[in-house]
Amino acid sequence: MLKILDLECVRGDLLLFSGLGFSLKPGELLHVKGANGSGKTTLLRTVCGLSLPESGEIQWDGISIRKQGDVFRNELTYIGHHNGVKDDLTVLENLRIATMLSGDRHSEDHLVDALVQIGLGERIDLPAKMLSQGQRRRVSLARLLLSQSKLWILDEPYTALDVAVIAVLQQVIAQHLQGGGMVLLTTHQDVDIEGVVKQLTLSA
Amino acid sequence: MFSVINLMVRRDILLAMRRPQDVMTSLFFFIIVVSLFPLGVSPEMEVLRSIGPGVIWVAALLASMLSLGRLFSDDYQDGTLEQLILSPQPLALVVLSKVAAHWLLTGLPLVILTPLLGLLLGLNVEEIQILTLTLLLGTPVLSLIGSIGAALTLGVRGGGVLISLLILPLFVPVLIFGTGAVSSMNAGLGVEAHFSLLGAFLVLSLLLTPWASAAALKISME
Repeated sequence: MLKILDLECVRGDLLLFSGLGFSLKPGELLHVKGANGSGKTTLLRTVCGLSLPESGEIQWDGISIRKQGDVFRNELTYIGHHNGVKDDLTVLENLRIATMLSGDRHSEDHLVDALVQIGLGERIDLPAKMLSQGQRRRVSLARLLLSQSKLWILDEPYTALDVAVIAVLQQVIAQHLQGGGMVLLTTHQDVDIEGVVKQLTLSA
Repeated sequence: MFSVINLMVRRDILLAMRRPQDVMTSLFFFIIVVSLFPLGVSPEMEVLRSIGPGVIWVAALLASMLSLGRLFSDDYQDGTLEQLILSPQPLALVVLSKVAAHWLLTGLPLVILTPLLGLLLGLNVEEIQILTLTLLLGTPVLSLIGSIGAALTLGVRGGGVLISLLILPLFVPVLIFGTGAVSSMNAGLGVEAHFSLLGAFLVLSLLLTPWASAAALKISME
């Protein structure tokens, strides 16, 4: 379970939010909303542990993530603004290396299946630099199909995706929630996912 | 633990193979800098022989500086670095693997080319042997210490120049003992002390720099 206690984040001299608290239980999704610049990305990066909050605490299973190190990182899949896709590697190599880094071993068939499911089946051996923006996003999101971690933190996952892939992604997220997973995501679109969907609006 | 090292080293070498110009640039830089000295200073063999070890060491130092800027910046720009930091693998180990790959791609080729450039500068066989060995011990230290600078200057505009200012002073001891070995052999003194010190630098930087670079990377990501 993820618990945020009295979180305050500052960017430069600007106070983004303070006194923010929420919790996320297995099977729940939290949709973070807010205008541009209201601190959505900062919140997500802070929850991941990439940025340090000004004050407050982020707890995973009752223990601060600062004290957990790899235990928490093992339970986490983060997809940020940048896709984390290497231009010079092929689509398949990108996915293979990304999953191996998160400590999972998948057979080649599994990897290909995931790429087929996300609509990249005919491009698995193409270098990522040949792909369009939306297709790169798909390579990055293909990790979710293979992810065994409990907490997914997704920063604008729908950016540049077409309607068909958004439907696939929403289905994958719904399955993750059904299996007791947790999702924290930001998007300006409506989230149309079955399950417990909570909302949090940050005001600029 | 070894699977992470294996994975990361292979990944970085694969990436470099897909874009060989990056590796080639620092190698040719090394060759060109060394071959400018006979033209610029003097073609006299005696002069070249006396400055040869120093010239090769300084050129190697600058050539490895040249490629350090890209050690983390490519991963930083495309978001892979975030994923590396958030992966359950220990970051220091990831850093160590990246440095190992960096040395295999840019340090080792310099060591291999050294005998050839030594001949160009009129060094004799014994001098070339000693010089090559000092570079074999010294270039990994350059990559290791340089990784701290590369991590600290990540995302800073004009980071390349800043790395040189931060890191070159730290290379001075390696340079002194690296070139000192050849001259002390010529003076009839033993070279053991120089090699022991270079070895000590290597062991120390192997133990300490991955942690320092990992910490610097986390700060740069904020």
